This record gives sequence, structure tokens and C-alpha cells, in this order.
Amino acid sequence: MSTTLEPDAPTRAVDRGQYLLATLLVALGGYTVYDATTLNVGFGDPVGPRAFPYVVGSVLLVLGILLAVATARGDRPQAEEGEDVDLTHPADWATLAKLVVVLVFTAATLGVLGWAINGAILFAGSAWALGSRTLVRDILIGIVLSVGSWYAFYVGLGIPLSPGILDGIL
Amino acid sequence: MESLDLLWGGLSAAATPENLMWAALGVLLGTFVGVLPGIGPAMAVALLLPVTYGLEPAQAFIMFAGIYYGGMYGGSTTSILLNTPGESASVMTAIEGNRMAKRGRAAQALATAAIGSFIAGTIGTMLVVFLAPTMADLAVEIGAPSFLAVILLAMVLVTGVLGSSRLRGFIALFVGLTIGLVGLDLNTAQSRVDFGSTLLADRIDIVVVAVGVFALGEALWVAAHLRRKPLEIIPVGGTPWLSREDFGRSWKPWLRGTAIGFPFGAVPAGGAETPTFLSYLLERRLAGKKSEFGQGAIEGVAGPEAANNASAAGTFVPLLALGLPVTATASIMLAAFQNYGIEPGPQLMTEHSDLVWTLLASLLIGNTLLLVLNLPLAPLWAKLLRTPRPYLYAGILFFASLGAYAARQRAFDLVLLLVFGALGFAMRRFAIPVLPLILGLILGPTMELKFREALALSGGDASGLVNEPLAVIVYVIIALAVAVPLVLGAVLRGRNNTPSGPTDPSGPADQKEMVS
Repeated sequence: MSTTLEPDAPTRAVDRGQYLLATLLVALGGYTVYDATTLNVGFGDPVGPRAFPYVVGSVLLVLGILLAVATARGDRPQAEEGEDVDLTHPADWATLAKLVVVLVFTAATLGVLGWAINGAILFAGSAWALGSRTLVRDILIGIVLSVGSWYAFYVGLGIPLSPGILDGIL
Repeated sequence: MESLDLLWGGLSAAATPENLMWAALGVLLGTFVGVLPGIGPAMAVALLLPVTYGLEPAQAFIMFAGIYYGGMYGGSTTSILLNTPGESASVMTAIEGNRMAKRGRAAQALATAAIGSFIAGTIGTMLVVFLAPTMADLAVEIGAPSFLAVILLAMVLVTGVLGSSRLRGFIALFVGLTIGLVGLDLNTAQSRVDFGSTLLADRIDIVVVAVGVFALGEALWVAAHLRRKPLEIIPVGGTPWLSREDFGRSWKPWLRGTAIGFPFGAVPAGGAETPTFLSYLLERRLAGKKSEFGQGAIEGVAGPEAANNASAAGTFVPLLALGLPVTATASIMLAAFQNYGIEPGPQLMTEHSDLVWTLLASLLIGNTLLLVLNLPLAPLWAKLLRTPRPYLYAGILFFASLGAYAARQRAFDLVLLLVFGALGFAMRRFAIPVLPLILGLILGPTMELKFREALALSGGDASGLVNEPLAVIVYVIIALAVAVPLVLGAVLRGRNNTPSGPTDPSGPADQKEMVS
């Protein structure tokens, strides 16, 4: 090795997470190509619905392989910075998990509870997950936001968001 | 002066009291969301799309124009007061603007940014008024093979030439193209890439993807890496007006910035990063050695801000004439047009000319309202920067979910939103650029349509792709655009044997081989 390299370069580990991304790309590309083979090409249709997915899928597959090769050769991504972002610490998976639970809960119960209730839970739950410890205030803000947006969409824009169990009350 | 007559028609359509209210609402909402830290104009437009769902197309366009310029103005506020550009085009503003703010001249920095944006936006929009119809006249003449080639050119330029890593750019593009495939095939109505789910048959809403990747992805990314200490925010004090001296130092950079910015937007060369950077360099050079550059030079805010807005106005030329969006914000606006059944393509300007002229007129109106409303409101907007972070990001999650859900009122779209939020998170983690993905998603279906159209005309023979002279010319340009940087890079590396400047992240691997 040459001495012109950065001193820490040889000691840097391979970014293993990037192999995961490469695998996903290969899988997605492969599935797209496979999916294209199941399509029927009609008469008088010189190209048909297959050609484009064939191209897109196989290029994606190749890009995934290229990414894996680049990773093995020491390629490391420069993760995105931002004003509220501190990359010196490892990712906070607990916070992320809480947020995902809140979002999944919202998607799962929206038909039953309705937007006015779900929206309030979504806001207060997310604020709590992100470190807010003023639960009563968070819930109040959430209710104002969700009920306000329900009426704004219903009255102002003519879009009926799900009323859920509050049907008839709102 | 046919264009002026049409613009006048657009102005009279846009300038009813009700429409002016929508424009003002758009400006205020756009600024409000744009000022919030971490939200750039693209995310502002994506988050605010649902607000326009129930409106008539003309009113929606009027509101967009306000949201668009408002979001951009909001971005410059964060750059100056927080030194945190929400998008790469505001980086140059942040450099000198934040120094000015630290020296107690925040109000002047904000004012020169606002007036410069107004002047650049107005001149730029007027240039669009004169250029777009001519381009659209030419564009309707081009056939499917040439249009396919032009789409490819835009993709190659945005993905391969301008990005920092070609590999990551193409990954983003092809993931976008794959998402664009999902759902029923436009010709034969067979469901593609649907993972066996009928819920995906009616195609994925671009709004859900954009909001997921921009807003939810950002919120999740920040949540995982939240900075625990408070930020230093500089208060806006003093008169929000420019002194005679400040004005004298600003007006030339405004005009020069406009001249640099507009062509970069109008030629599908993507992005406002290059012109803002060039404008900054030019102003620094012209200011000479004794200048304040590095300590808060007003020229360094005035020029880049004007360049940024002129470039933003310029992107309307390819958008309106060809249906080609070359920035993330323009892509989302195009997605908004699609909600009204307006397909991207050269027909945009002929088939929907009244809407286009209303839009252009609203850009002028929105730009003026921005100046009138926002200069006095600057201290108020600055207070928004103090929003507690849990509320800020919980709010983004709330409005992202609202937007994704309101589009079609399907709870399933919230699941999709989460999937694309995860994708947005991964893209930030792995430095995959967002613009090529959005471009691939929006232009992919159009591209396939043109591809099949071109080949259908030739009965499936590949010559159908190149049987127009324009198509051949564009393919030559694409080949040059790909080859020239590669050759130049090889020559430079061979000559210096050292890495030159910010090369792509896949570069170090190559360089490692060369020096070892």
C-alpha cells in the first residue's frame, strides 16, 4: 500500500449495511424480471408489457451487484447531515421502533377509530417517542390538529376523511 | 406580443379576490413550512399538496405558485438565521448570510435575499413567458422516438453527470423506474410488479412516494440521529430594510445572479447548485481583495439568492414546454398536475394553455405577495425556528400521514407511506440521491409509452428508435455527456495522480488502486 492514503483508510471496516442494500436491489431487480415473464404479449403489439420491465429489472440487478463489488472494494457512503442530525452517535433504534409502532397502529385502526382520534394519537405518540414529556399538552395539540384538519378537509376541500366511531358526532 | 396578451389573460384570471386569497394562503403556508428547519422547498410542496386536492385546477396552480416561492424563501431564512441550508442550493446563502446575521445584520441579509429573489423570480418568469411558447411549438413537432431520447437525456444529465456518485445516481433512477412499473400496464391492463396484491393494481400515488421519501424519510432519519443539544438561533433585530449603501451593493449582484441562474434552470441541466456556486464565486472575485467576503458580505447573499430563484423560474421552461421536471420540486409540481389529468409531455402547453398562463401569472403574483407579506413578517418567521424538535417532527409525521391518506382515503396508503419512509431513511443512510428516483418514477411511465409508441410505428424494428434526426442528435449528446466527464476524469487523474476535488464516493476505490 502507498503512504499517500489517509492514515485511517486501511483500518476502516467494510460497510456491511451496504451489502444488505445490494441484496435488496438484486432481489427487487430479480423479482421484476421474473414478474415480466408472467405477462402475456398480445397480437399486434410489437413490444408488449414485458420489454420495459425486463430492461429495468435486469439493470437494477446489475447495479446491486456493482454496489456489492464497490462495497467490497472499500466504498463507504457519506450519510446525510442536517441541522438536527448528530451522526457522531449510533442510530437510535428504540426511537425509530416507537415511531414505526405508532404509524402501524394508525394504519391498522384508521378504519375503526377515524382520523380525528387516530391523528391525535399519531401526533401525541410521535411527540412522546421523540422525547416530549408533556403528555397532556401533546394530546391536546394532537386533538386540535386532527379535529381541525378533519373539518378543514371536509368543509374546506370537500374530502371526507374517515370519521370512524365518531361518525355522526363530528 | 402574443405572449404578453396571453399573460394578461392569465393575470386577469388569476387576479380575482378569491384567487388572490389562495395565492396569499399559498405564500404564507409555503413560507411557514419552508421556514421550519429541515424542510426544503421540495418537501414543503409535497407536504402541502393535499391542501389543494379539493380545488379547481386553476386555483390549485395559483396556490402552488405561492407555496413554491414561499418554500424557497423560507429556506433562505433558515440558512441565514441557523446556518442550516435546507437544500444544497441554499448553501452559498448560508455562508455569507449567517456571518451577516452574527454581526447583527440578519434583517439586511433577509431583505437582500427577499428582494433579490423577487427580482430574479420576476425577470425569470417573464423570460419563461417569452421562451416557453416557442419551445412548446417546437416540442409538439417532435415524435415519439425523439421524445424518448429527450427523456433519456434528462435522466442521464440528472443522474450520471451532476450527481456525486454515478452508481448511486443510477440505483436511485432504477428504483424509481421500478416503482413506476407497479400496477396495471397502461396498454394491456395486466398488473405488474404487484407482489400478488390487488391493492397495488391502481398504481402507486406519486404523492405517497414523494411524501414518504422526503418527509417521512427525513423525520425517521432525524429521529434516529436527533441532536440533543439546542441550536443557537440569531434573533432578527433592527429595521428590516436596506440602507442606501446596502442597496447600492446589492442591485448588481441581483441582476448578475439572475443572468447566471436562469439558463441553468432553463436548459435541463438540473439543479440550482451550480449557478448559486458560480454566482458566489463571481461576486467574490468582483468584490476584490478588500471585500468582506468570509465575514458577511451582502453581495454573497444577494447574488446566490437571485441565482437560486432565477434558476427555479427557469425550470419552468422544460417543465411547461416538454413536461420534463429537472428538480425535485418541479417533479412534485408535475405530480400535482397529473392529479388533474394533465400528463407530462409537449402537449401540456397546447392542450392546457389557459392553465399554463394562469400558472405563469400566479408565479408573478406569488412572487410579489412574497415580498409584500414576508419582509415585515421576518421576525415572526424566525420564531418558528424555536419549535421544539419533538413537536416539529411529530408534526411532519402527522401531516405526511394526512397527505398520504387524504389523496385516496385508503388506510393502505399509510402502509405504503411507511414503506417509502423506510426507503427514504435508507437513501439518507446510503447517500442515494432523491431526485433521480422521483424523476424515474414520474418519467418512467411516459418513457415506456413513447418507447412502445416508437416501436409500434416501426412494427417492432429497433430502427424505430432512431428514425428521426432529432433523436439521433440527442443520442449523440447523451453519448458525449457520458463520455466527456469519463475521459476528462481519466486524463486529470493520469496527469496529477491525485484525487481532484470532490469526486464520487466510488472514486476512492479506483484511486486506491492507482496509488498502490
